Amino acid sequence: MPSSHGRGLLHLAAALDQPSVFDAEPYVEAARLAERGGLDFVTLDDTFARPGPDALAVLSRVAPATRRVGLVPTVTTTHTEPFHVQAAVATLDWVSRGRAGWRVEVSSTEGEARLFGRRHAAPLDALWQEAGEVADVAAKLWDSWEDDAEIRDVASGRFLDRDKLHHVDFTGSAFSVRGPSIVPRPPQGHPVRVVDATEGHVRHTAARYADVALVSATSAAQARAVREQLRSLAAESGRDPDTLRVLVSLLVDLGGGEHAAEPGHGGGGPRQTPQGPLYRGGPVDLAELIATWHTDGTTDGFHLRPVEPRRDLERLVNGTVALLQHRGLFRTFYPGSTLRGHLGLAKPANQYAQAGGTS
Amino acid sequence: MTARPRKEIHLAAYFPGVNNTTVWADPESRSQIEFSSFEHLARTAERGLFDFFFLAEGLRLREHKGRIHDLDVAGRPESITVLNALAAVTERLGLAATVNATFNEPYEVARRFATLDHLSGGRAAWNVVTSSDAFTRENFRRGGFLDRADRYTRAGEFVATARELWNSWTPDGVPRPFAHRGHHFDIAGEFTLPRSPQGHPVVIQAGDSEEGREFAASTADVIFTRHGSLEAGRSFYADVKRRLAKYGRTPDELRIMPGVTVVLGDSPAEAQEKAAEIRRQQVSPQNAILTLEQIWGVDLSSYDPDGPLPETDPVADSTITQGRTRRGDNVAIAEKWRALSKEKGLSIRETVIEASGRQSFVGTPEAVAAELHAFVRHDAADGFILVPHLTPGGLDEFVDRVVPLLQERGAFRTEYEGTTLRSHLGLPAPAGKE
Repeated sequence: MPSSHGRGLLHLAAALDQPSVFDAEPYVEAARLAERGGLDFVTLDDTFARPGPDALAVLSRVAPATRRVGLVPTVTTTHTEPFHVQAAVATLDWVSRGRAGWRVEVSSTEGEARLFGRRHAAPLDALWQEAGEVADVAAKLWDSWEDDAEIRDVASGRFLDRDKLHHVDFTGSAFSVRGPSIVPRPPQGHPVRVVDATEGHVRHTAARYADVALVSATSAAQARAVREQLRSLAAESGRDPDTLRVLVSLLVDLGGGEHAAEPGHGGGGPRQTPQGPLYRGGPVDLAELIATWHTDGTTDGFHLRPVEPRRDLERLVNGTVALLQHRGLFRTFYPGSTLRGHLGLAKPANQYAQAGGTS
Repeated sequence: MTARPRKEIHLAAYFPGVNNTTVWADPESRSQIEFSSFEHLARTAERGLFDFFFLAEGLRLREHKGRIHDLDVAGRPESITVLNALAAVTERLGLAATVNATFNEPYEVARRFATLDHLSGGRAAWNVVTSSDAFTRENFRRGGFLDRADRYTRAGEFVATARELWNSWTPDGVPRPFAHRGHHFDIAGEFTLPRSPQGHPVVIQAGDSEEGREFAASTADVIFTRHGSLEAGRSFYADVKRRLAKYGRTPDELRIMPGVTVVLGDSPAEAQEKAAEIRRQQVSPQNAILTLEQIWGVDLSSYDPDGPLPETDPVADSTITQGRTRRGDNVAIAEKWRALSKEKGLSIRETVIEASGRQSFVGTPEAVAAELHAFVRHDAADGFILVPHLTPGGLDEFVDRVVPLLQERGAFRTEYEGTTLRSHLGLPAPAGKE
């Protein structure tokens, strides 16, 4: 198991974002490419503020066309219904047979608020507190059916053992949910919750509820500091910090040799840009950077966001990943079939199961 | 519209779910939640060249006597997410999801259906339902609760708003701001998707009430109605189609599709026996008592399902059952059922079986094909939404044995002519906005 000093398996993820693409095929092709590289998961971002399709829908469309790669859409929590969000994520887990994740995000602008016309824009810390509550109630609703709640007992005429179904009776700062879910507990128990913890006000929520935290960082020292902070916050909230994976999130431009490698780790460190930390260089140098930051305990892995979607993902998989595999630093096949399996995370116990079956 | 030489039947497949008509105890019954079950029925429907595949919705598990109702199938995936996955394993089949207009907002629903329409290449349909159910509301942050009278005004404004969003980009794909200010919604901004392959996903309305008919006539592309006699169907059909003109629409712009059940046999007698056996499976002894409790409104667990009906009258305004559509006047139903039991000498269970009605079409494949065709030829329907009792193989036999006979009659397509659901249904392209 990874710890703050040792290191576990390397985890790699890639973003599938492609501007102005609304039909399925480009996303399917990209996800298949990522799966050929054995990546832990792919992400697809989503916002009401810019053109783009519903990300969870796209990855549901991708699910039957892939077999192993994890599927992590962004789903926002500010203007959506927590009950619908958890049902959709649980369903993505069912249609992908245990490969679903959910990147929790908030909608902070007045422009997004006007699309719904129900509330005004709110400060980020309040939105992230609410996002934490949504992540919390989602897990409660996923647990509201125990795994063996469906019994199909012909003798008693019962389809369900209702002692294994639970009202969640959640009351948060801005919403309440009675439960149980309409969706039986998904294959992974809890689909993987991913939170971008780069900003300080998000870290408490990430440390408490995330299985995977993403951190945009330009230096190893910065990445390591955030990882350490997240791990100690996780421990403070009563979690085993080893159940949290922290991945460095970088934009990657593998445009070729025309750019000189920049100073830093592995011959080409990331540098800050208005869009976030950018790694620019060749696939080989990127492999070197990944190997170094992982080996020295800076990070559990990387979330890589191609600047030029088709070109950079292809170079990432066939160049960088192939090299890491060749050096024995990254998996060459998927030993398991669930995203939790890829990430080395156990299926969580059901929080209602030990309650003795009262609903 | 071009005149069609012969009226074609439209068919849809309903995924059986949360209802005692779905028989889970049969050895052939499979998972209600695994994707493989949805894939099986969708592939069967596409093999049969059906117009669309249909998913129902329920946003709160039903409760009875204050506890989760445990006798029927319960639990289902979220509909639109399943349909997006089914778009990957089908090519032409329409994909219809029921989505509640009470517990959602137009921007998000419009976006989810536009996305499904893009990802499926023009196969999305939305069955618009509303709810006035305070019990379901407990799962949602929205106010949500509506007087019955407001349900259709909200639904109407909801669909109109969704269509404004679907229309909002220019024909050549440039986002354009929208603004909607109405009684239920006051929103503005930009939509995130270009106009989808169908322009507007197909809109379905389920329900036969006066408001439902009017809503269908003004707004829907398909009405999912109750099946009855040929005469009742003809009168409903004429009534609804007549209403279209008021909204500047032609009769061809709305398809009328009753939900029906079919039981096939090699002989009429065998089909009848199978139908009777299915009805027995649908009404287990426990289910018979539960059905009675729903009507009487009191605990009847001490009654013997093989014994006589209660002599007492139903309790008014009982809340014994939550999350289920009411059947109507319970005192009158109880009266009728006691009379039925007395007249035929039936036990509780036999009475429930007898009263819960026959399957819609029971007979040999030839007879069923002829009857289905007659309903369409005589303007009692434009087609049917088939509701199987088994998951997921419940329409295999229909597709193998009845579809070819409908094709021989020239009453059903032998291949998909177009790629979109609108083209399967013969619906005109919706007007765009320059």
